[in-house]
Amino acid sequence: MKTDEIKADIKKFLSKYIKKTELEDDMELFTSRLINSLFAMQLVLYLEKQYQIKVENEDLDIKNFNTINLITAFVERKI
Amino acid sequence: MKIELTSNQSKRKDSFEAFVKKEIAPHADQFDRDEKIPIEIIKKVIGHDYAGMLLPDDHGNNNCDMITYGLLCEEIGKASASLLSVITVHGMVCQSLLKWGSSLQKEYWLPKLAKGDVIGAFALTEPHIGSDAKNVGTSAVFSNGSYTLSGRKRWISCGQLADIFLIIAQCDGKPTTFLIEKDQPGLSILPIQGMMGFKSAMLAELQLDRCTVREEHLVGRLGFGFSHVGMTALNHGRYCIAWGGVGIAQACLDASLDYSAKRKQFGTYLKDHQLIKRMIADMVTNIKAARLLCYHAGYLNETADPDLIMETSIAKYFASKIAVKAANSAVQIHGANGCSSKFPVERYMRDAKILEIIEGSNEIQQLIISDYAY
Repeated sequence: MKTDEIKADIKKFLSKYIKKTELEDDMELFTSRLINSLFAMQLVLYLEKQYQIKVENEDLDIKNFNTINLITAFVERKI
Repeated sequence: MKIELTSNQSKRKDSFEAFVKKEIAPHADQFDRDEKIPIEIIKKVIGHDYAGMLLPDDHGNNNCDMITYGLLCEEIGKASASLLSVITVHGMVCQSLLKWGSSLQKEYWLPKLAKGDVIGAFALTEPHIGSDAKNVGTSAVFSNGSYTLSGRKRWISCGQLADIFLIIAQCDGKPTTFLIEKDQPGLSILPIQGMMGFKSAMLAELQLDRCTVREEHLVGRLGFGFSHVGMTALNHGRYCIAWGGVGIAQACLDASLDYSAKRKQFGTYLKDHQLIKRMIADMVTNIKAARLLCYHAGYLNETADPDLIMETSIAKYFASKIAVKAANSAVQIHGANGCSSKFPVERYMRDAKILEIIEGSNEIQQLIISDYAY
């Protein structure tokens, strides 16, 4: 899958849950509290199902999940 | 769309029902009076491989789907909500370690948890922290490769029995999860008695007084203790409790059908009085609706769909609510007999109420569901 496709997918998924803001690729999602801890597991489940990857113990780093760009890069490393 | 148990699921449901009818139901009232479940019963549950049903076997195969697991929770919940809570918290530890444990933690603990050689319990709530779960006060200070924990955890189901505890603490302001064994120096376990419901769930308070553990005891990573490890556990807990709510409500209905078919007032069986019929009709309808929500949550959990978090929350909220309604109606149908410990419905009522509070109170579920709707 191409980077742009992955990014678009992720943006579309996030837009379902973050409705009031226009999402930008470098917008901080967790540290700015745009999304909460309940959503964190939904994001994990989405990434695992959509891209057939496993999010594991060693992947738990805010640098993998805090922006759309970072999530995209994380998925590309795991695919 | 076909909503139907497979033949394997039906067979397993029948086997759960037979086990519970023989081994649990006849004694559940006594467990409640004694405020404990005998270890022999726990061993029987373990002996039937019910403790670690969702864990992969030695070959990495999953031998139990989420619907089948839900059916087990329903059958056990029908007889003993307290025993259900023991299985629930054990499952919460299993699922958290399965998903977020290190390789060493998985290798060491999962086989023991699967066989029931080790019983797990989940410790989040504190004397001053309930719904505001992210802001736990228990602290963990890191120094020289170890974490030193101080604080208190309260209302810990199965706390008197558990061998290991999954404990959430703040480390530098970051919620973090630790796996701590019961005889770790600095950890004291104080039995809690006199609860209104879940009386034989063997609750305990944990006191951590400079309890020091090596960093290998950290589960997941710093700062992910609530959002990932805790949420994995809580989702499992909510799923079990949702099915347990269906179980309690079903038990209330079964007791009410039996009682109202035998007792007469004004020369007529209670079942023929219209106001009794109304209560029965509402119980039947609510139980069916709750069970369908549980099936849906089960399907989403089985397929690891992102919507499982929300649908499990909805199932827990609704099933616990209707369990309380069913229990109220059951006691009402039984009249003064329903207020006596000689009839199980008074225990169902006390246990049903607890479902609205544990694994995230129903008010928290309402906030979650409402936020999701917008």
